[in-house]
Amino acid sequence: MNVTEVKPTLPPGVRLGRVSFFWRPWLVGVSLLLAAAAFLVFCVSIGVGDFPIGLPQVIRTLIGRGEQVDEFVIMDLRMPRALAGLVVGIALGVSGAITQSIARNPLASPDVLGITTGASAVAVFLVTVSGGAAAAVTDTVGLSAAALAGGLGTGLLVYFLAWRRGIDGFRLILIGISVSAVMEAITTWLLVTADIRDVAQAQAWLVGSLDDRSWDEVQVALWGTLVLLVVVAAVAFQFKPMHFGDDVAAGLGVRYAAVRAVLLLCAVLLAGVAVSAAGPVPFVALVAPQVAMRLARCPTPPMLASGLVGALLLIGSDLVARAVLPVSLPVGVVTAAIGGPFLVYLLVRANLR
Amino acid sequence: MGTTAVMERPAPGGMAKTRRRRVMGLGTLLAVLVAAAALSLAVGARALSPAEVWHGLFGAPTSDQRLTEIRLIVETVRVPRTVLAIVAGIALGVGGALIQGFTRNPIADTGLLGVNTGASFAVVSVIAVFGFSDPFQYVWFAFLGAAVAGVVVFGLASIGRGAGNPLTLALAGQGITVFLMAMTTAVALSNQASLNALRFWNAGSVAGVGFDVIWPVTAFIAVGLVLALTTLPSLNLLNLGDDVARGLGVNIALSRTVGITAITLLAGAATAACGPIAFLGLMVAHVARHLTGPDYRWLVPCAGLLGAVVLLVCDIIGRLVVRPGELDAGVVVALLGAPFFAVLVWRGKFRSA
Repeated sequence: MNVTEVKPTLPPGVRLGRVSFFWRPWLVGVSLLLAAAAFLVFCVSIGVGDFPIGLPQVIRTLIGRGEQVDEFVIMDLRMPRALAGLVVGIALGVSGAITQSIARNPLASPDVLGITTGASAVAVFLVTVSGGAAAAVTDTVGLSAAALAGGLGTGLLVYFLAWRRGIDGFRLILIGISVSAVMEAITTWLLVTADIRDVAQAQAWLVGSLDDRSWDEVQVALWGTLVLLVVVAAVAFQFKPMHFGDDVAAGLGVRYAAVRAVLLLCAVLLAGVAVSAAGPVPFVALVAPQVAMRLARCPTPPMLASGLVGALLLIGSDLVARAVLPVSLPVGVVTAAIGGPFLVYLLVRANLR
Repeated sequence: MGTTAVMERPAPGGMAKTRRRRVMGLGTLLAVLVAAAALSLAVGARALSPAEVWHGLFGAPTSDQRLTEIRLIVETVRVPRTVLAIVAGIALGVGGALIQGFTRNPIADTGLLGVNTGASFAVVSVIAVFGFSDPFQYVWFAFLGAAVAGVVVFGLASIGRGAGNPLTLALAGQGITVFLMAMTTAVALSNQASLNALRFWNAGSVAGVGFDVIWPVTAFIAVGLVLALTTLPSLNLLNLGDDVARGLGVNIALSRTVGITAITLLAGAATAACGPIAFLGLMVAHVARHLTGPDYRWLVPCAGLLGAVVLLVCDIIGRLVVRPGELDAGVVVALLGAPFFAVLVWRGKFRSA
């Protein structure tokens, strides 16, 4: 079933030796604008805090020519958090674009591939169950690491459960929804039986947050995302013809089974990386590709632009949460509160045209 | 469910055989439902013999202490929860089949139109504002929240040229769901009473609600069912594509409006009485399609009966596994139903179309 209504209008093609691609000036322009906006918000975000730093000083510090005090505040205190937002946003956006493209379904997102729900179940278990093995795990490996292991474990479980003579987007999503439902039920039940004081802590963790990020956590996510993006970029060119369906792709000589398997594995791992740095931030992966697709006027979610929208959404929400809102809210709440309505606005605007 | 749905396997032996299989299937489901209902009256913290159940239902008042106690259990606890499980199960099953039909999306669930999050938001809000503590006080607010969310989503998806087209509807529903989820979390994180109510609310249950709530809820669901049944012939045509449906004389806007109203009534009323029960509608819609084929006139009744059977059986199991405590039916649906469903998916029982 094809719900994305692919309209194969063909823009002019470009061929450079063995590499060929469509020349979509609108997509390139929108991507550049998004990148510039993301960089600008990133710099503003670094400057905002108890010790405000102006935008020129921020940029000067970033290129290594700033004052010593600015350098300390930015590099040691604020950079990890801002970078975490950037990396998580890109990872979630690209992960969502891959999942939605392969499943050819705009409701498909890494949120239902089990990574988020698996990580949540493990984290809530560790927060709400006191003593015994839970305490031992929390003390030795830490909550974030244990949750990440749970998330990746669940994600890979879904991936291999869905493997039957290759991987198929629709089957992966249905299995993912099933496994996610089990994990959510476990989480719900843990919260019902828990002490109310622990519930607040668990609930705050469940929506994802960028508070108190250390350089170590960020570095793992940064390198993980970079490596995965390189892999995605390498196989993405092979992926283009797949929008026309498996038969056409096969006819064009794409080894689509292999490409699909690699890309979906990257989507799972990217979502895992995001969880490692910010916890289970919901909906960015679902909303960002759909927003990017409409901004860039593409028939399918564009990967790079989706990542940039994700980054902009996350860094922007973090900025709003820290600088604008009167109460302190986790970044995941703000991304959802901004991202959801913005997607609806784009839909309505398209219908009015 | 897309344009390929009509191409599904023609049954060997032609229409007569298909029809016989469908009638037999529905008959079997009905028999199972009656048996499950009988079991539901007998099973619980205190097991009752068939004779005792009979007395509890139809016996004359006696001075016998034991028999009076039995009557009390049957009348005030078991009959209400059995009736609610059947009614809510039918509503969620039919709602799940309809939402997948009207959005042409096989991973749509009854919560897609925002009814679950609308209800949750209403619950946490009235508790934060009015400080209600008794679930009976917020059932109708939950229903109102669900209905408002459904109306808003459909309204937004119908602006301009949208006319509630499947893709816009699904994405608008997702966007509003995301937004309401964020608001619900924000309220719950800032108000401990809300958070406490939310965790119990999230574990959907058919217990603890009296007939003072069940009858009005059943009335809303009955209206929803009548509306749903009137849309089935046109839903079959809609799934051939809008152009074909229009050519065959379907009033598309009317059909969608009636259909979405039905889904909102069904899912909203069921959610108001039980809390959110995710996954049930999605699961039974797929199983029903597998049993009856793509004809919605058969698929929808089958999904309704399946929903009732699954919810009732899960409620019975929930009463037995952690005695003297209970597992909420919504949790059991996910814990048991999802793995079962995943096995069916893996075995290739469901097609993406």
